[in-house]
Amino acid sequence: MSDKEKINEIAKERERWEKTTLPKWIGQSPERKSEFRNHSDTLIKRVYTPEDVKDLDYMRDLGFPGEYPFTRGVHATMHRGRLWTMRQFSGYGNTEQTNQRFKYLLKEGETGLSIAFDYPSIRGYDSDHPFSKGEVGICGVAVSSLKDMEVLFNGIPLEKVTTSMTINGPAAMLLAMYIAVGEKQGVPRDKLGGTTQNDVLKEFFAQKLIIFPPKPSLKLVTDIIEYCTKHVPRWNPISISGYHIREAGGNAVQELAFTLYDGITYVESCLERGMKVDEFAPRLSFFFAAHNDLFEEIAKFRAARRIWAKTMKERFHAKNPRSMWMRMHVQTAGFTLTAQQPLNNITRVTIQALAAIVAGTQSLHTNSFDEALALPSEQAVRIALRTQQIIAHESGVANTIDPLAGSYYVENLTNEMEKRTMEYFQKLDDMGGAMTAIEKGFFQKEIADNAYKYQKEVDEKRRILVGVNYYTTEEKQPIKVLRVDPKVEEGQVARLQKLRRERDNRKVNEMLEKLHYAAEKDENLMPIIIDAVKAYATIGEMCDVLRKIYGEYKELIVI
Amino acid sequence: MPKIQEIARGVLAGDRRSIARAITTIEDNTAEAQELIASIFPRTGNAHVIGLTGPPGSGKSTLIDKIIREYRQRGKTVGVIAVDPTSPFTGGAFLGDRIRMQELSTDQGVFIRSMATRSYLGGIAKATKNAAKVLDAAGKDIVIVETVGAGQSEVEIIKVAQTTVVIFAPGLGDEIQAIKAGIMEIADIFVVNKADRANANKAVMDIQAMLQLNNKEKMWKPPVLKTTALTGEGVPQLIEKIGEHRLFLEKRLERKRSGEKAEAELVEAIKEKVASSIIEELKREGKLEEFLQKILEKKMDPASIAEKLLNKKFGKQV
Amino acid sequence: MQNRKKIRVLIAKPGLDSHDRGAKIIARALRDAGMEVIYTGLKQTPEQIVETALQEDVDVIGLSILSGAHKTLFPIIIDLLKQKGLTDVLVVAGGIIPEEDIPGMKKLGIKEIFGPGTRTDKIVQFVFENVPKRT
Repeated sequence: MSDKEKINEIAKERERWEKTTLPKWIGQSPERKSEFRNHSDTLIKRVYTPEDVKDLDYMRDLGFPGEYPFTRGVHATMHRGRLWTMRQFSGYGNTEQTNQRFKYLLKEGETGLSIAFDYPSIRGYDSDHPFSKGEVGICGVAVSSLKDMEVLFNGIPLEKVTTSMTINGPAAMLLAMYIAVGEKQGVPRDKLGGTTQNDVLKEFFAQKLIIFPPKPSLKLVTDIIEYCTKHVPRWNPISISGYHIREAGGNAVQELAFTLYDGITYVESCLERGMKVDEFAPRLSFFFAAHNDLFEEIAKFRAARRIWAKTMKERFHAKNPRSMWMRMHVQTAGFTLTAQQPLNNITRVTIQALAAIVAGTQSLHTNSFDEALALPSEQAVRIALRTQQIIAHESGVANTIDPLAGSYYVENLTNEMEKRTMEYFQKLDDMGGAMTAIEKGFFQKEIADNAYKYQKEVDEKRRILVGVNYYTTEEKQPIKVLRVDPKVEEGQVARLQKLRRERDNRKVNEMLEKLHYAAEKDENLMPIIIDAVKAYATIGEMCDVLRKIYGEYKELIVI
Repeated sequence: MPKIQEIARGVLAGDRRSIARAITTIEDNTAEAQELIASIFPRTGNAHVIGLTGPPGSGKSTLIDKIIREYRQRGKTVGVIAVDPTSPFTGGAFLGDRIRMQELSTDQGVFIRSMATRSYLGGIAKATKNAAKVLDAAGKDIVIVETVGAGQSEVEIIKVAQTTVVIFAPGLGDEIQAIKAGIMEIADIFVVNKADRANANKAVMDIQAMLQLNNKEKMWKPPVLKTTALTGEGVPQLIEKIGEHRLFLEKRLERKRSGEKAEAELVEAIKEKVASSIIEELKREGKLEEFLQKILEKKMDPASIAEKLLNKKFGKQV
Repeated sequence: MQNRKKIRVLIAKPGLDSHDRGAKIIARALRDAGMEVIYTGLKQTPEQIVETALQEDVDVIGLSILSGAHKTLFPIIIDLLKQKGLTDVLVVAGGIIPEEDIPGMKKLGIKEIFGPGTRTDKIVQFVFENVPKRT
């Protein structure tokens, strides 16, 4: 019997089953809903069969791990060789406190650091700027100058850890500080490993912590990629992020499509700069969210790898297989955490982490159960990390690669993800690219509409959230939340002002002037920013110079 | 809520809370709105009212932000009325135009108010016009009325303005086509914003071509300017053109006023000459007494006598 | 006696955080309930928020904050509202505000605080029921 005949046979059998067996069951007890859908609104069938993957070609669509199209994973041994990096995003208060938290996490078995900066640092303001009032050290650690960065990594050898920095607008300044700290520790640039988020495009429509308008923002991103390609070869200069797109309200397909399309835009920008695709593309990295719908998420990650590999090969003619690798960091979706019955979040995080791990992530952050209430406490962070360790060592899911390959359901969903992503690509190409789409508010509208739809479903109880709209309790679970001492701001401001008095201000001004000049001349700004950082110029001072030249971005609001 | 007269006094004194309340009164279209407008009316007529419209994506709000800053630098105070549509289904509205001007919201020389189109009796145009009067009476030198798009109601709103500026951006070719119907007629100045784009000159030429199709002889030929709202480039030139248009309007008004005055003077002069020539003639002929007597005895009325005398002098046709 | 035809609401985001998903959903829900909603965008200073409330003559101010700076910023906003005479405006808040801070915030004059997981129709209903009547 040929494959086609087999499929026909199965189709006939399914029809028979639908006419005979199924009605008896439905007659006795009807299904829970008239239709089942996942988060990206795909209609989910009762049961999947070979009919649903009849066009799947194993070698073309899946292949082997470490080989094109990398659907099953970018490495040949995946988690059997090395487990993913357990990287907990953390930072609060002053640099001493965060330094302590980093050391605690490393001692507890974390394998990579991830810095959360406070809002003033993220938005390019020093701790003593009027906008910083009440925000210093609250949602992350306050870093205004190299002085702060030196304290942050005190006693942590940079050649032994890799560090991820969630920073975009001032990414160049913070990378420069990291390079400077490395120099002081005697670690050369080519030994530094880590990631700067440095993905400004999604800032315009998802995270919205942006400083400069789109054009100069994209220029700065490209400067960093270009500089790292030449001088910091083990650094991931960009982490193209879907996480924030999802958190802002997008669904899984939107997260996937918009993120990968941003990736295309960065590749184009680097090519325009005159770089060769196989020089920079191997260091491009990605960052996604893991939501609650287990199989949808797994399909999303698998599709992401396949689409990126195909895009790099077919659209950009990459030759080096590494250019086609989608290496990803995943964070469990903060939006899914509930303030009600917060311990339930441990279960949610476990399911989300499982999706990321089964789908072959390179790096993972698991959220702490108390994060809908405040910054995570030490106990909550430990449980989050333990969740990863339990999945790694006790569940057995990491013992084989891509265990869900061949599942009629998961393969069908993976194809569906790819198909809908390609539809978005087409639409965006027709529109004239990501920059035009941002300007027209296209991404913003898509995300806002989906966020509203989701909320309506929750309000109307068409979507069940345990502890929120179902299974609610009046009792409050007492949770001790972490609070940042308001004295942190005072201390940080005092330290900064002391620095301003004691540093060589003549030299600082000279560096800021040079930065101004370089920005006007459209040079790569990384070298001068490194020099300025070493002279202890602050983030605020450097960003102010650039604000004067580039202007400040004002968001386009789409509701 | 203070009495409406108190609000009116507050408006005239430039009190910001009163201005806000006054516009609310107008929006709610109550009987008091009439009374309010009547009280402030004598103090209106000083502001220059500028209408700004253009399709979404033309960078209109950012441009307005820069226009306000330019006027402020020139020492002018500015009021803004930003109109957004009311949803016909829910009656609600999302008023988001002021977002790009938010930095100016704390400048005491600037007052920004968002208005929804609602479903006004008498139309949104009337409400906008009265809101502009409030800002005018409160002492604002410049009042900007902003609307999106170019439907019929937007055209109506923009007619409130003395000078109408229509904004486009390059690459919005279809929008230019779609918009031309109503807007081309009422535009005094065209702006192609985002002029740093490659196809800005094409947009300018497109508009000029359309203006030529519509080449009725006009005293004011609408200029097509280029701006880059992001950097503020071209904004001073735009302000100059708006100023020129205002001067043009004033001169036209002056011409009109001088014309009216001359006519009145002529009428006076004719009356005097004609009357004195007839009276002199009657005196010479000794018939004046005779006619006066007829009036006193109510045998004839003065109008009939005048008619008779004029007929005699100029013939039947008078 | 004046007949207010529309409830005007200002949704404002003080502080430096950029989590506007909630603020936008609330803005949309209030609009869909027939209100006129003014949204200021992110990163608003207390002065900007209060001036906007004044110029727009709003009946309600909704403050959304998730950065943790509410303890610094809310008292400044309330103080400025008093200074400008905007005492008859209903002020509500939402975002991540720890349980233990709520009594203090309510004492300031913030009428209600809506935490994560609040149904949007509850918020709409609250506004309808508590909007100050203008006479």
